[in-house]
Order: sequence, then C-alpha cells, then structure tokens
Amino acid sequence: MAVCIAVIAKENYPLYIRSVPTEDELKFHYMVHTSLDVVDEKVSALGKALVDQRELYLGLLYPTEDHKVYGYVTNSKVKFVMVVDSSNTALRDNEIRSMFRKLHNSYTDVMCNPFYNPGDRIQSRAFDNMVTSMMIQVC
Amino acid sequence: MEGLTLSDAEQKYYSDLFSYCDIESTKKVAANGRVLELFRAAQLPNDVVLQIMELCGATRLGYFGRSQFYIALKLVAVAQSGFPLRVESINTVKDLPLPRFVASKNEQEFRHAASYSSDSENQGSYSGVIPPPPGRGQVKKGSVSHDAVQPRTSAEQQEPTSPVVSPQQSPPASPHTWRKHNRHPSGGNSERPLGGPGPFWSPFGEAQSGSSAGDAVWTGHSPPPPQENWVSFADTPPASTLLAMHPASVQDQTTVRTVASATTANEIRRQSSSYDDPWKITDEQRQYYVNQFKTIQPDLNGFIPGSAAKEFFTKSKLPILELSHIWELSDFDKDGALTLDEFCAAFHLVVARKNGYDLPEKLPESLMPKLIDLEDSADVGDQPGEVGYSGSPAEAPPSKSPSMPSLNQTWPELNQSSEQWETFSERSSSSQTLTQFDSNIAPADPDTAIVHPVPIRMTPSKIHMQEMELKRTVSDHNNPTSPLLVKPPDLSEENKINSSVKFASGNTVDGYSSSDSFTSDPEQIGNNVTRQRSHSGTSPDNTAPPPPPPRPQPSHSRSSSLDMNRTFTVTTGQQQAGVVAHPPAVPPRPQPSQAPGPIVHRPVDADGLITHTSTSPQQIPEQPNFADFSQFEVFAASSVNEEQDDEAEKHPEVLPVEKCSDPASSLRGAKTENKIEEKTAASAPANVSKGTTPLAPPPKPVRRRLKSEDELRPEVDEHTQKTGVLAAVLASQPSIPRSVGKDKKAIQASIRRNKETNTVLARLNSELQQQLKDVLEERISLEVQLEQLRPFSHL
Repeated sequence: MAVCIAVIAKENYPLYIRSVPTEDELKFHYMVHTSLDVVDEKVSALGKALVDQRELYLGLLYPTEDHKVYGYVTNSKVKFVMVVDSSNTALRDNEIRSMFRKLHNSYTDVMCNPFYNPGDRIQSRAFDNMVTSMMIQVC
Repeated sequence: MEGLTLSDAEQKYYSDLFSYCDIESTKKVAANGRVLELFRAAQLPNDVVLQIMELCGATRLGYFGRSQFYIALKLVAVAQSGFPLRVESINTVKDLPLPRFVASKNEQEFRHAASYSSDSENQGSYSGVIPPPPGRGQVKKGSVSHDAVQPRTSAEQQEPTSPVVSPQQSPPASPHTWRKHNRHPSGGNSERPLGGPGPFWSPFGEAQSGSSAGDAVWTGHSPPPPQENWVSFADTPPASTLLAMHPASVQDQTTVRTVASATTANEIRRQSSSYDDPWKITDEQRQYYVNQFKTIQPDLNGFIPGSAAKEFFTKSKLPILELSHIWELSDFDKDGALTLDEFCAAFHLVVARKNGYDLPEKLPESLMPKLIDLEDSADVGDQPGEVGYSGSPAEAPPSKSPSMPSLNQTWPELNQSSEQWETFSERSSSSQTLTQFDSNIAPADPDTAIVHPVPIRMTPSKIHMQEMELKRTVSDHNNPTSPLLVKPPDLSEENKINSSVKFASGNTVDGYSSSDSFTSDPEQIGNNVTRQRSHSGTSPDNTAPPPPPPRPQPSHSRSSSLDMNRTFTVTTGQQQAGVVAHPPAVPPRPQPSQAPGPIVHRPVDADGLITHTSTSPQQIPEQPNFADFSQFEVFAASSVNEEQDDEAEKHPEVLPVEKCSDPASSLRGAKTENKIEEKTAASAPANVSKGTTPLAPPPKPVRRRLKSEDELRPEVDEHTQKTGVLAAVLASQPSIPRSVGKDKKAIQASIRRNKETNTVLARLNSELQQQLKDVLEERISLEVQLEQLRPFSHL
C-alpha cells in the first residue's frame, strides 16, 4: 500500500527511506521532506504534554493528486512518514494505524539491537523485510 | 605518486609482504634488503626493479614506506604481467594478478621472523575480511614446503586434515583471532600457529612458482560452501590434491595450524560431519559456548545484557552490520539480552560467519533457542555427514578449514585459553525467559497463578491456554519447528528443571507468557503476538492477568459482607473463571450484584480509594439479605459460575444479581488472595484490591451488625447466603405481583421486597459509581505520572 516509507530522526534527517522503485523516487523524497513541516505543525498544535497513543498517529498530513501522506511520531520525536497511492481503494484509517504500529515495533527492535547506534541509518534486514511487506501489499 | 587502489586480496597480500619485509617491526618501513630480495624473487630484470623502485618513490625517499612498498608490489605485478611500467599503470591495469615471488629457502627464516613480528601487524592489516583468495592456500602450500616451517610442525600431528588447515590462513581475521585464543591452550605451540598466518601469507607470492594456477584456484575457491570449512577437516584428500605440489608442506602447515592433537582433528571432523545441517552446534562447540557464556554471566540461566554481548562479539572483528544482523537473528525474544541459547546461537553464527558462511536471513532451526535442547541429542548424526562433506572441501577448504581447526582447538581447550569468547553452560529457553519475564511484567496475575494452583488463575488461563494452543498449532503449521511444542517435554527432560518447571507453569498457569515465547520464536507466527509482546510486556496477558485482580477486589470489597470468607473459599475457582474472563470493566458488576453484602468491604479498602460508598450500601444490602436468608442457600449455589456472564450486566437484574452475588463472593475470596499479592502490583487493580485482604474479617462483623439491624436473620455464615439472599430477593420479586392480590400481608411483603430490591439496585448503582470514580482517579493519577515521565514536551 505504501509507495514510500521513511523514518526521520529527531533532527529531521532520514534514518531510513525506501520507495517503490517503479516511480521516481526523488519525488517521494521530496514529498517526505515537505511533510516534515506538516508534522511539526501538527505536533505543536497538539500542544499538550500528554501524548497518548492516539496522538502518536498524526493522520493524513496532506493529500496530493496522486498520493496521500500520513504521519506518525514517536515519543522520542522520531517520525514515520508514509506515502500511499491514492488510486488504491482508500485505506481505512485503522489500516494505516496498524501499519504505523508495525513500523514502530520494528523500529523498536532495531533500537534494541546493541549494535545499532542511535542516529545511524537503519540497515536492519528485519526492518527491511517488514517495510517490503508493507510496500508489496498494495502492489 | 597517484593514489593506489588495491583490491582486498591485494591489500592482504601486500600487507603480508610488507610485514615480511618489515623485519624491524617498524610497521612503517620495509627493510631495503628484504624488499630487494623480494624483488629479486619476482624474477624481474634488474633494470625493471630499479625502475619500479624509482617509480614508487623509494629511491627518492631512500626507504620503502608502506605506500611505496605497495606501489612497488603493484608495479611488480604490472611488470610480471607484461605491461609497461608506468605510474598510471598501477591503477589502470585491471585484474592484475598478484605479484609473484619465487620463494627461496632463505626466506623461510625470514618468514618466520616476519611472521612473529608481523602477527600483530597482520592482524591489524586485516580488516576482517574473512574469505581470502583461495589461491593463497596454495601459495601457502608452496611456502609450507619450506623447511623452516617444519620445526614448528614437527610437534604437530600430520593429519590428513592438515592440508585443510592451510587454507585456514586465508581468512585473515578469524585465524588471527582464534590464534590468539590458541596461544594459551597450545602453550608453546601457540606462537607458531599465530605466526603461521604471517609466514604463510608471505610465502604466497614466493611460492608462486607455477602458482598461476593458484589464481585460478583462488577464484575457484571464492565462495566456499558453508560446509567446506567443516568438511575440509574431514576431507583431507581433496584438499591434499590441491596441495599436491607440496604435500609435505601442507601437512606441515596443517600441523602448524592444528595445534591441537589428533583429537582436535577428530573434533573437527566431527564438527564438519555434523554439518548435515550447517548450523548445528556440536557438543564441543556447545561446551565452548557455554564456557564463554559463563565468563560473561556466571549464572547460566541468566542473561547477558546487550552491552556486554556487544563488547564480546565486537572482539570477533566482524563488521558491525553483520554483528547487528547476527543479533537480530539470535535475540529471539527481542528482549535486548541473550540467554544461554541465544548466546550459543549468536556465537555459532559469528563462528560461521568468520568461516565464510553467509548469514542466513532467518535463524536456522537448529539455532533456535527452543530447539537447542534437541540439538544435543542430534549430534549423533555427525559421523554420517562426513562422507557427504568430504567431497566439497576440494574447492574452498582454504578459507574455512584454517579457522575451524583453530576454533576447534580452542574449544576443547576452553579452560586453558583465555579467550574472550565464552562458553555456554546451560540452555535456558527463551521461552523460559519470556515466561519469567512476562510474569514479572504482570506480577499480580501470573504470580498469583503460579503461586496458587487454585483455579483462580486456572480458569481464565485455561481459556487463554486454549487460545494459545490454537495459536501454537497454527504457528506450528507456519513454523516447521514443531520442537517448540516438543520443547516442554525436552525441557523437563534435561537438567533445565527450572526452565521446565517455569515453562510448565507458564504453560499451564500463564498461558500468555508461554504463548508469547512460542509465538515469538518464529517470525512466521503472527507478528501480532510478537507485537503484543513488544507493545507491552503484559499485552498478551491483557486478556487474563489484568482482569482478575480487579474483579476479585471489587467483588471482595462489595461482598465483604457477612459470608465473604466462605464465599471466597467455596467459590474461589468460580470466581477466577468469572474474574479472568472479563476485562477490568467486569469487576464492578459482580460487586454491584453483591452489593448487598460486599459493600461493607468498601470501607475496609486498604487503598482507601473509595470507602464512602460502602457505608450507605451497607445498610441497604442488609435488609434484603436478612429478608431472605432462608433462601440464601437455595440460591447460593445457583449463580456461582455465572459471574462471567454477569459482568456485562451492571444493572440490577434478578438473574445477574443472583449470579453475581455468588460468584462475587467467590471472587472476593479469590480476590483476597490475589489482592494480597497484587497489592504491591499495579495500581490499576488497586481499586479492586482495595480491601480484599482485610475485607474478609472486617466485613463480617459489619455485616453482622447490619444484619442484626434487620433482625431477620443473623446468619452471617456464608457469603453465598448473602448473595443467595439477594438472589432470593430478586427471585422472589417476580412472584411478588402475584401475591399482591392475596392479602395485605402479601402486599406488604411484596412491597418490602420491592423496596429491598430497590435498595439493592441503588446500592449497585452507587457501587458502580464508586468504581467509576476510582477508575477515574486512577486514570488521572496515571496521566499525571505519564506526564511526569514523558521526557519531551511537544516540539
């Protein structure tokens, strides 16, 4: 379903970004980059110190003609951005949430690996496989 | 001089040669004498040599620095290939074969010296690339033939496997690493093997006479099948064919390499033969792993924290990325720590990787923590495997075998070697870990379950067990590692009594945790379960653990009246069933239903969350209880098991109330027990656990007091009676209308009953509201805590 999945660190540099290779990947990179501003807006708009699970999921950040961009932020300000193809039957919000949850879990596993230094690019094969499964679902 | 780019093979080769020439161990400058000798050995005309020297800048500098030396070597290769010597040619000529140097006898000694001095340097120069060009093995052979090597090898056995050993030199990093380990056990011989790589490396070029085939061999050897390392040991003849040129040298080499005695070779053979499944861990290996584990973590059932494991495995000089992948594979339960089994698997993967095996995408079955128990018994198949493997070593033994023998040597000599690698002592199933871990996470329920074999946990857990078993069966389909299910019996069989017990208890009692371990094993099993684990430690247990505490408590608190104690004991099991089956929301229901009696408990709440409600309801319940004491016994037994169903019904209904009353009392009993343990547990159940423990005794007197007020019956014997009373009251209500028309007394009786029912319902309502308040309070407190704990405010 997702055509592009990106993990952005707190400092807004990408830890992991991967797109369906069929399309121009640079465009997706650009979309993810622009969506960071929207993420910041939403996070600051929440304005509450109390952030529960609901608010980790930011929802639709912005739609374009062909794609929709969804966002999710963790408590450590690591952002997950997902670009999905609008042509697909509109994904239910729950599905997007579950996908983000899976992403978050895989990300947590990557973090738990003692050989992973926070801030490094994510090179975990398990993470890659999970992302691939999410991207292949739709295709 | 333009920059020089070297391939890995070249890099290693040149490093070796440089080390060889670096007789002064300066690591910076190659002795001119040696270099010149080397160049002479290259069989190049003198003018070419001079030209090379000039080109590389040594003439200018007056000495051979490392860069100059490398450039010179490259130029030698260029010259030997027939290309014109030019500065540009060092980088432009592609696929340049390594420069060949004819080995001379004198060089053997040089090699020895160089090897010893250059050991550290060699190791430093090896960047951890494991599979070296296979051809080197052959070169080694040539070099081995040098007599210098023989003294070393004299002490060694000349096993047929020795030829295999020679290839060992190829993996630069692993042999060195292992060699270090070998030092200690091998004692005096240790130096030699360590030196082995050095001299062996240098001989490569020198023994190159006719080693043109070596290049081909090298390429042919490139990705040796995983088994080759192992196989090589068992399969001497194929390897020896390669080394046919210098069979003696090969043997010498091998003897040098195999510091250990024939037993080592046998072990190697065994190990190689065990590679029907390349990932099987042999006994020796396992013992070695266990010992290594002990050095990190004396407790064999304990964990190795991630940081310690990271340090340990970093010593293997594998790239971090590979170590990261190994960790991903081996940390089965994803808890950030390694149990014995996980450590064995990780160690084994590291060993395999160092020997050139590619890391699998998924953890091999033989390495899965749960399966390790089965591995020990599976080593029998080692011998038959030899035959199959003997064929393969022909190709790539070089890289594999060298490391293996060293490894093997180290294994049997664990005690002596001061290896940084540690052995494993026992296996602790990750499932055990999970089970225990989960228990910790959900202290109240699992502990309760484990501690009390009483149905308290059993009923709900049974339900969960069934679910988990279903999942397991499904997962078994997905995951061929059926040993998972077999594991429990295996566990019990082995000396892991602890684990088995825990596992069993986990299975029986805490189905969630065991299911967790099961489900977490195979990635194939739904991520859901794994995810549950990852989400929160208790997530899998959510269905069961959380509910029980609340339920018993509320019920206890409510039903603390008169016969709570009896109700607890009698209907404990039933309570559990009811309690567990329903999520926290349910607890209030039974309580309200039991309101007539239990309300008295409220004030007794240990947590003192809300006790005020108990006062008013206390009065109310008394009346109905008294009114129908005679009916208590009738209804007492009726509703016990219906608690589960009732929980959904908060509002007073005849049946539910009756049902709740009985199970509530039973819940109370269970809750009391649970509460005792759970009180220290999460605050969530706090509401429930408020007064369970103290509830029993205090309520009774209260109830009795209340009862006496009603005058009806001072029967405070059984909680069931109370519930039964309530039930009776409610039950009798339907009949009230009928009796209305009879006479005034009947009407009045019915009116009174209605009033009683009203009071019961009112009390129920108040109790529910109480609970709501409690929950809200808890929620607020939790939110406050959460806010405090949150390190970040929003951006």
